[in-house]
Amino acid sequence: MNGAHDLGGMHGFGAVNPEKNEPVFHAEWEKRILGLFVPVSAVGPFCVDEFRSAIEKMGAENYLSTSYYEHWLHAFETIVVEKGVATKEELKTGKSLTGRGESTPPISAKDVPHIAAQGSSARIDKAIPPQFKVGNLVMVKNNHPQNHTRCPRYARDKLGSIEKDYGVFVFPDTAAHGQGDNPQHCYSVRFGAQELWGDSASAKDSIYIDLWDDYLILA
Amino acid sequence: MSDHDHNHHHANSRPLTDIELRVKALEQVLTEKGLVDPSAVDALIETYETKVGPHNGAQVVARAWTDPEYKKRLLKNGTEAIAELGYSGIQGEDMVVVENTAAIHNILVCTLCSCYPWPTLGLPPVWYKSAPYRSRVVSEPRAVLREFGVDLNEDMEVRVWDSTAELRYMVLPERPQGTELFSENELSALVTRDSMIGVELLTKAGIEGASE
Repeated sequence: MNGAHDLGGMHGFGAVNPEKNEPVFHAEWEKRILGLFVPVSAVGPFCVDEFRSAIEKMGAENYLSTSYYEHWLHAFETIVVEKGVATKEELKTGKSLTGRGESTPPISAKDVPHIAAQGSSARIDKAIPPQFKVGNLVMVKNNHPQNHTRCPRYARDKLGSIEKDYGVFVFPDTAAHGQGDNPQHCYSVRFGAQELWGDSASAKDSIYIDLWDDYLILA
Repeated sequence: MSDHDHNHHHANSRPLTDIELRVKALEQVLTEKGLVDPSAVDALIETYETKVGPHNGAQVVARAWTDPEYKKRLLKNGTEAIAELGYSGIQGEDMVVVENTAAIHNILVCTLCSCYPWPTLGLPPVWYKSAPYRSRVVSEPRAVLREFGVDLNEDMEVRVWDSTAELRYMVLPERPQGTELFSENELSALVTRDSMIGVELLTKAGIEGASE
């Protein structure tokens, strides 16, 4: 969707403002949110694309005026309600109305090192033929889907070249909406800075964007 | 870390903010339903607050600077080479390492959210997740770099990596001049988080005033 999260190339946000000796967290509640990521992913269960989609749908004004961990909180609340794990009422009161519902034990502290070190790759081990080869000139489709996509607006309708084929990955546009993994190749695509931003950009510079088969056509 | 009752705010008696109440309610409801074990939440916090951070990535960089065979493996298959040093997992499942040279400068961003290579760099700083950085670094990387004190020669090629998929990137910075006699440990102490994002150039002097 053409949401406020799709920031590449926008103007008006001012200077980058790094904080000296920044702590890992700025508040206790930020820690709890980070720590809830793994357990909540498991109970949803949800995939990262559903998580991102929930954030993107929080509304443009809301997105821009809230912090990173507030985005996460919004996504968790949305997903646990959508998946029927908890009700809005329960999230308001902090009291479960159904008591202990789950028979399998939740992720425990001793599971954490393994889960953190393992992660969950979006790579899919399937022999699916690529649509493009390294060196191909490609154009990004001029699509404006209403739902989740990982094709940034600033790349649409632009010409780039396939630099590397990373292999087969889950396709976010379908995975975000329960429409399956739709596995396909994902590539590193190189765009000249002037192709994206015009003559004021340096002819020496380029932007590399990771794009899937379905976002591209042969130019 | 073991404060399971979340009485973090009893020390000062101010009322909880709206966000704090929402977070507390969420964790409490899921805990009551038997879906979340708060000690697992504590363990994750501890992992990312104390164990995982840019010191991991610094080890990878120092090894690449001192072991040419390792560097080859790192640039060819980042995930496997980084795992050799024990770093892997969440938000680093598929790693790509891009090398800065005298002619090429790499810089990382996630314009669509805030993707970042957790196992090697830890959790991202606020500026990396913020609208100014994400909006500008793709369209005016050199201006953004100047704000970080990096003024690149016009002849340098800038490569911006927008991590729109599940590949996670890390910059292998250039080894500073005058560090030929440094040990791997001394070298890793020179490597900063910002140099592995691509917004800082390393110098030998950095060892005295290493910035985070």
